[in-house]
Amino acid sequence: MEDLLHQITWPMLAIFAAIVVAPLLGGLLTGLDRKLTARMQGRFGPPILQPFFDFFKLIGKERITVNSTQTLYVLGALFFAVTSLVMLALGHDLLMLVFVLAFSNISLIMGAMSVRSPFSKIGAQREIIQMMAYEPVILLMVVGIYLVTKSFMIQDIFTYGSPLLYKLPLVFAAFLYILTIKLRKSPFDFSTSHHGHQELIKGLTIEFSGVQLALIELTHWYETVLLLCLVALFFAQPIWVGIIIALVAFVLEIIIDNICARTTWKFMLQLTWGFGIGAAITNIVWLYLAMGR
Amino acid sequence: MGLINKATIKSPWIVHFDCGSCNGCDIETLAVLTPMYDVERFGIINVGNPKHADVLVVTGCVNYRNARVLEQIYNQMSEPKAVVALGACGCTGGIFQECYNTLGGIDKVIPVDVYVPGCAPKPEAIIDGVVMALSKLAEKQENMGKSPVVANEKVRSL
Repeated sequence: MEDLLHQITWPMLAIFAAIVVAPLLGGLLTGLDRKLTARMQGRFGPPILQPFFDFFKLIGKERITVNSTQTLYVLGALFFAVTSLVMLALGHDLLMLVFVLAFSNISLIMGAMSVRSPFSKIGAQREIIQMMAYEPVILLMVVGIYLVTKSFMIQDIFTYGSPLLYKLPLVFAAFLYILTIKLRKSPFDFSTSHHGHQELIKGLTIEFSGVQLALIELTHWYETVLLLCLVALFFAQPIWVGIIIALVAFVLEIIIDNICARTTWKFMLQLTWGFGIGAAITNIVWLYLAMGR
Repeated sequence: MGLINKATIKSPWIVHFDCGSCNGCDIETLAVLTPMYDVERFGIINVGNPKHADVLVVTGCVNYRNARVLEQIYNQMSEPKAVVALGACGCTGGIFQECYNTLGGIDKVIPVDVYVPGCAPKPEAIIDGVVMALSKLAEKQENMGKSPVVANEKVRSL
């Protein structure tokens, strides 16, 4: 009976949490984001539940698609984001998770590329540049975690004796840095912006409307939760400390979003490759030398 | 009132089109977004994209050159949608009404739901106008699919 509980019930609960609880959490976090941003700008701000109102309104809108494949790409983005979160909840392979997450982003880029709007195309190209900037850092993060735990499995991070943060401080810093790009925050929100009437008239998402836009928003909620979970992984013993660190990182991102002006893609690429990859590689080399002794 | 209907009222996204206005009304429209009035507390966002928008706010009178643009923006918006005509020029053509190059108010080109008079209307009046448009929006949301209105029908050909 104990065995059954362990083998079926817990994974089921984990999958349920990943599929149902995560978007609710992501929506609430987005609402909190908007409220905090408004307060920082001296405004009252929308209610915390505003992202859900936006979501359900978009569901009820008339369905207009530019072409028939567009819907497939949006569903693809959502599917891969949910899959990677389920993989995380089940403690699967971290390397695989990173690739599945990249597929989610690529789906969105292909959706944006499939229409003829120049704004959409520029947004998609900038998104590709962003991926080019942050993907190496994410891969180096996985390599660093492997060097510490000797395994790609996420569950081994939990069974590993001490928090990863002690051995991977620079990798953690680099990951926090690219979190700004992944969450589409200023100064790196040039492919599409959360704020209305800004960069490229919404760039990447310009040609998506109604249900499709709602699904893109849902994908972003899943992604936000996933990324914050990855932040929490760095401090997995005990996990509640990791969750607090993830929430602090989220608030930090909101502050950065409000105090920074948008940069150009060249500056971002130089900075991410210079600082992000530099910090991560320094950490990994140090780890390698420390273990060689 | 269903969930989607309630959400429609709670989250009207606005696209603002300057249809040849003197900029007086535009400045008042943007004033509505400032911390002083902060319409985002009603869920109102000024989006730059008609495909994302629910309410079209138009300032200024229509002329022969931009009537087509206005019509295109209106047609690109997905149902349910509402139109707010802002200022004396938007409502009737204002002082440009009898000009040789203007058509008059924007209701000459697209159907208007709410008229907000004034030269320029106060920000409070603009917020009031958009809130009035919300009830229209909710009504349209409820009747969507019931009435035989064809999506993206051509409103008027010049």
